Amino acid sequence: MKLTEIIRESFGTLGLNKMRTGLAALGIIIGIGSVIALISLGAGSQKAIENQIQALGANLLTVMPSNSRQGNVRTAGQNTSLTTEDARAIEGSESITTVNRISPELSRRSQVIAGRNNTNSEIVGVETNYAGIHTLEMTSGNFIGERDVTSMTKVAVLGPQTAIDLFGEGINPVGQKIRINKQSFSVIGVTKSKGGSGFNNPDSMIFVPLSTAQKQLFGVDYLSTIAVEAKSKEVMTQAQDEIGYLLLERHKLNNPINADFMIMSQNDILNTASEVTGTFTTLLGGIAAISLLVGGIGIMNIMLVTVTERTREIGLRKALGAKKKTIITQFLVESVILTFFGGIIGMAFGIGVSLLLAKILSTPTALSIPSMFLAIGVSGIIGIVFGWYPAQRAAKLQPIEALRFE
Amino acid sequence: MIKMKGITKIYAHDGVETVALAGVNINVEEGEFLAIMGPSGSGKSTLMHILGALDSPTGGEYWLDNQDVSRLNDDELADIRNRKIGFVFQAYNLLPRTSALKNVELPMAYAEINKDIRVKRAKEMLGLVGLEDRMEHLSNQLSGGQQQRVAIARALTMDPKIILADEPTGNIASQQAEEIMKIFEKLHKDGRTIVMITHEEDIARWASRVVTIRDGKIVEDRKNSRRTK
Repeated sequence: MKLTEIIRESFGTLGLNKMRTGLAALGIIIGIGSVIALISLGAGSQKAIENQIQALGANLLTVMPSNSRQGNVRTAGQNTSLTTEDARAIEGSESITTVNRISPELSRRSQVIAGRNNTNSEIVGVETNYAGIHTLEMTSGNFIGERDVTSMTKVAVLGPQTAIDLFGEGINPVGQKIRINKQSFSVIGVTKSKGGSGFNNPDSMIFVPLSTAQKQLFGVDYLSTIAVEAKSKEVMTQAQDEIGYLLLERHKLNNPINADFMIMSQNDILNTASEVTGTFTTLLGGIAAISLLVGGIGIMNIMLVTVTERTREIGLRKALGAKKKTIITQFLVESVILTFFGGIIGMAFGIGVSLLLAKILSTPTALSIPSMFLAIGVSGIIGIVFGWYPAQRAAKLQPIEALRFE
Repeated sequence: MIKMKGITKIYAHDGVETVALAGVNINVEEGEFLAIMGPSGSGKSTLMHILGALDSPTGGEYWLDNQDVSRLNDDELADIRNRKIGFVFQAYNLLPRTSALKNVELPMAYAEINKDIRVKRAKEMLGLVGLEDRMEHLSNQLSGGQQQRVAIARALTMDPKIILADEPTGNIASQQAEEIMKIFEKLHKDGRTIVMITHEEDIARWASRVVTIRDGKIVEDRKNSRRTK
């Protein structure tokens, strides 16, 4: 019997029992659907993180304090090792040739009040360079200026989300007063949305002059980061080394292992983040793959029931001249049709779910075309793998035994 | 057409051997209408299965159309069943919820005969058994007698060397049974070779030769003189 004919006949057979066919395919539909939805969700969040890191600015190095090591002893607790003097040294040192500009920063969370509204926001003490290095733009007013830093004024620039949280939508807060840590600040500007989400989202920050943050708000003299803009992408590594040596020298450390700071390039951050989200995506995909496996076992189960139920029919087909190969092909084709079309429906279902999730969680989705072909291919293979045993069972039936079967 | 020499069939079940056929010798000539009779357990079904290449004998030789079929493998037997034997079963055994036409086409589909020829030939065969107006009916929409006529059309479709009928009227009311037997008689008159198993004297009367089997051996072999028609 020709394959095209077997395929046509299999469609007929599957159409005879629509309920069962639908239920058999359901496992695969859910399996493939969840694989696609979860993978695109994972890939989407990876893309979101990448966007966010890219949005931090170009050629960016981030210097952060880290736990220092003295011999074998790690000093625990606050990381106060970076100071404004360190930042000035990087700016002023003659040994540093590859740095364009720097932005020393101090960030802390604090309670913020405006009228009757109350939020807990990330307060970032910054200098004028911050906006340039982090490519922040303004929708209204101005960013922190040089004079604000030198004269320690109590002014604040709001991220667009903070502005909405504190003053409501559509109201320009410039000129209004807010209270941070029980001290009054006047709002001088609102930044443009960068569209990020999660932690370190500049949209929900409040920027104040660095000097004001250190001396008046929090009473400290250290920094939480120094953002450094290298002159070009090519000199990033050189800049990293130059800053590293300078800081080791300034902190009187002779072994880089004991460094009480770390310098990360955007690539380092990106790689770390990708690694984390990659693991996450694999994990989600793995969980979904289990449901695919269960779906495959469901198909095998239904096919085995079908073989038993159709024993007489198989016997008759053999009596009329069907060879082993023909019977095997017939049953394999049936299970592959189930899984293949289950896979296609599952794909549509998965795309729908991931678009819906993207909307609800407001993260971008990354529907990858190759992963869809892979999913459909995989579902076809599942059909062959899980259809194989039932097909063999059917083909091995002796025609007389099968015809006698009641 | 058929030559059987010392055919034996022994079933071994849990170490106990049961002899179903204890050396059967039989020749069937072309154009004969043979009825095989015998009580249940006599071995007539086993003989039928071996004749139909559904089962292989334990010993002996079985020649069908000048070919030794007693030592063929499964796929070769499938080919023999497809091309040389037309089956008519007691329970009709049509494909469920499938049209009469598709049922008759099935053996030709296994022989990979072109679809157009198949449909033409299937229609011809259904005409021969008087079902030209029932071709698109599904098997479950037909009466027992009609289903058996479809089965006969299916048996004829590959133009087999012999037609093997296993209790063809066993499930059919007597009036319809006569119609079925009339079809067999017509086929016999057309020169076809028919082997039929039955335990009813009434049905065996239609045959030209009656063989009686008991305890796995042929005990009587007579030409049928008092044929009804």
